[in-house]
Amino acid sequence: MSALTTTPSFPNTVAEWHLPSRGKVAMAGLIIAESAIFTIFVVAYLFYLGKSITGPTPAEVLETPIFYTICLLSSSLTIHLAAKALERDYRRLFLLLWLLTIALGGLFLFGTAMEWHRLIYERGLTISTNLFGTTYYSLVGLHAFHVTAGLIMLSLVAIFGFAGRVGVDQSVRIEVLSMYWHFVDAVWVVVFTVVYVLGR
Amino acid sequence: MASDAITVPVGQTEARPWVDELHQWLTTVDHKRLGILYIVSALLFLVIGGVEALIIRIQLMHSHNNFVSPEVFNQMFTMHGTTMIFFVAMPVLFGFANYLVPLMIGARDMAFPRLNAFSFWLSFLGGLLLYFSFLGGSGLYGAGSAPDVGWWSYAPLGARAFSPGHSSDYWTLALLVSGFGSIGTAINIIATILCLRCPGMKINRMPLLVWMNLVMAGMVLLAITPLSTAQIMLLIDRYLGGHFFDTQAGGSAVLWMHFFWIFGHPEVYILIIPCFAFMSEIIPVFSRKPIFGYPVMVAATVCIAFVSMSVWAHHMFTIGMNSYANSFFTLTTMAVGVPTGIKIFNWIGTMWGGRIQFKTAMLFSIGFLFQFLIAGLTGIMMAASPFDWQLSLSYFVVAHFHYVIVGGILFALFAAFYYWYPKMTGRMLSERLGRWHFWLFLIGFHLTFDVMHIPGILGMPRRIYTYEPGRGWDSLNFIITIGAFIQALAILVFVANLIISYFKGARAGNDPWDAWTLEWSISSPPPAYNFATVPMVASRRPLWDLKHPEDPDSRYE
Repeated sequence: MSALTTTPSFPNTVAEWHLPSRGKVAMAGLIIAESAIFTIFVVAYLFYLGKSITGPTPAEVLETPIFYTICLLSSSLTIHLAAKALERDYRRLFLLLWLLTIALGGLFLFGTAMEWHRLIYERGLTISTNLFGTTYYSLVGLHAFHVTAGLIMLSLVAIFGFAGRVGVDQSVRIEVLSMYWHFVDAVWVVVFTVVYVLGR
Repeated sequence: MASDAITVPVGQTEARPWVDELHQWLTTVDHKRLGILYIVSALLFLVIGGVEALIIRIQLMHSHNNFVSPEVFNQMFTMHGTTMIFFVAMPVLFGFANYLVPLMIGARDMAFPRLNAFSFWLSFLGGLLLYFSFLGGSGLYGAGSAPDVGWWSYAPLGARAFSPGHSSDYWTLALLVSGFGSIGTAINIIATILCLRCPGMKINRMPLLVWMNLVMAGMVLLAITPLSTAQIMLLIDRYLGGHFFDTQAGGSAVLWMHFFWIFGHPEVYILIIPCFAFMSEIIPVFSRKPIFGYPVMVAATVCIAFVSMSVWAHHMFTIGMNSYANSFFTLTTMAVGVPTGIKIFNWIGTMWGGRIQFKTAMLFSIGFLFQFLIAGLTGIMMAASPFDWQLSLSYFVVAHFHYVIVGGILFALFAAFYYWYPKMTGRMLSERLGRWHFWLFLIGFHLTFDVMHIPGILGMPRRIYTYEPGRGWDSLNFIITIGAFIQALAILVFVANLIISYFKGARAGNDPWDAWTLEWSISSPPPAYNFATVPMVASRRPLWDLKHPEDPDSRYE
């Protein structure tokens, strides 16, 4: 109202002022939201276990994808090392590890595709066959969708990397992306446990 | 720092061609403009949803009425509920959060301006999708059919067999799309609050509005997502032949109810917590006292958010859960009353001994306190599962939740409009029209929703198309309908006030209420960059410190 408010003079007393990175906070928020989505799908899967009226059942048709699981889980390690390498500006090492991550993720997706092909063409299990089919394909499919989205983002970074545009400056962004990738891996641990261990 | 004056740009009001102006609004990433877009779109849908409510009320005005057909009646209550929750209440609250949060924490924009614009347009697209069903609900035959299975869309009503055509698909997609928009905005609000606070704005110095919007955004992440998930499942059922909610293949209709209410109940708190936030800013300013019990208010908010995640099945007492579940959900529901009671106590404690100014915003705030208390009390009645068995799905429930949503949320929103409109437009809303608005709305509200409890107790079920005469419902329903029209009249006065004051209202100046938070330190409307110099704060009331250098709050912190 008075001149005081039109010419604010706030106290100049703040010595140190640290705030978290907005990218990391936002990714954490996304991960919380995604966790809720996966939780609901997992609940549906567990709730409908053994409630299918017709076959096939999980015990009859599912095979544990141990090799592909190892691929996906180890890609968490490679992306972590890649981010560390970028932090120290080892660009070649970063790119190498990054491509390795993409390869491992791609291998995992290939594994899922092979499994689905086998289930659909050999076992006759589709999303509309029975409750198991509905819950299985939607839960595993949702995860595969997240892997795919992750692979697209990883590949974009790889393209920029080959163009020489990914350096220490991008380190924080790479870390944000690697948070997402770790999340996708962690979800797989849950999905694996629910579908292939408990569910059979 | 003292020499840094905030320049008020004069050039902002220069006339531009309207196409330019429109283009700027459509492509804006400015949090203030997006906030206003949210609010204006919500007002638009408020009018549409209000007309639907009036159609419902005319139909129920007396027994054996056939103002509309039963099919249209079902569409009306479905569209009314869906519109009011998803395309009025959510966007308008997001709009205020968008507008106010960066200003209150001394930031120049939200953390992700483009995500912000994307989220708004997603929500708006959701609203358009929902209403497109009137045209395209039966495919491209030109014969529309809006969704008509209630805003819960209980299974199996949402399934293909019972919702042929595309009306349910538009409903599903509208909620899915706007849900993604909500998640984007929630992430944005959280990142803004945690990462963009101006120097000195410690987490325990943030205005309560900011605190409560932080909690609200956190709840959105956990509560909107189950709804989106359920919508994805419904789409899988409808389009890929899935069996999630298909009881003939072993699926469960009750699971849909659980998923819906895991969203549905926290949603109530997602809507009410920002209204608590308005109260916590408005009541202190018009009581001329700082908020009573700041830390307790924060703790109570977090507590409400936490407990409200575990109360959802109180919407489902009548489906036949076991006694342990009934007891659990009865107890948790009643437990929410405790932190809520603490809040009401604190607002009254703030008013106690203050020099209360009865501006329109304060009138609406006091109305909120009174009505929200009653809404909470009928809520506790409904929380007792035996009581709920008797009155569930009756007009008593309808009266209860409209008491929360209209008597609580809408009154708080009106208070917020009268309080922040000067900041957003630079003009004061007319107090004279404001008083007309308040008293008309108050009378209409009580006429409608106080009376509505009674036919509920007399056994009138909700969602019925019409009823037999001689049950004692006729005159009550007639009074309810009259009240609805008085409310509609009040809304007209409000809209007129918004429009007239925009052109003819008194100039607001920077700080018309002599308030204490940062948004009042800059011009009204604020410049695009908000703060010429990023402010530094040393207490919870930075503007008080500025106006009273001899006795700043920071001395007592």
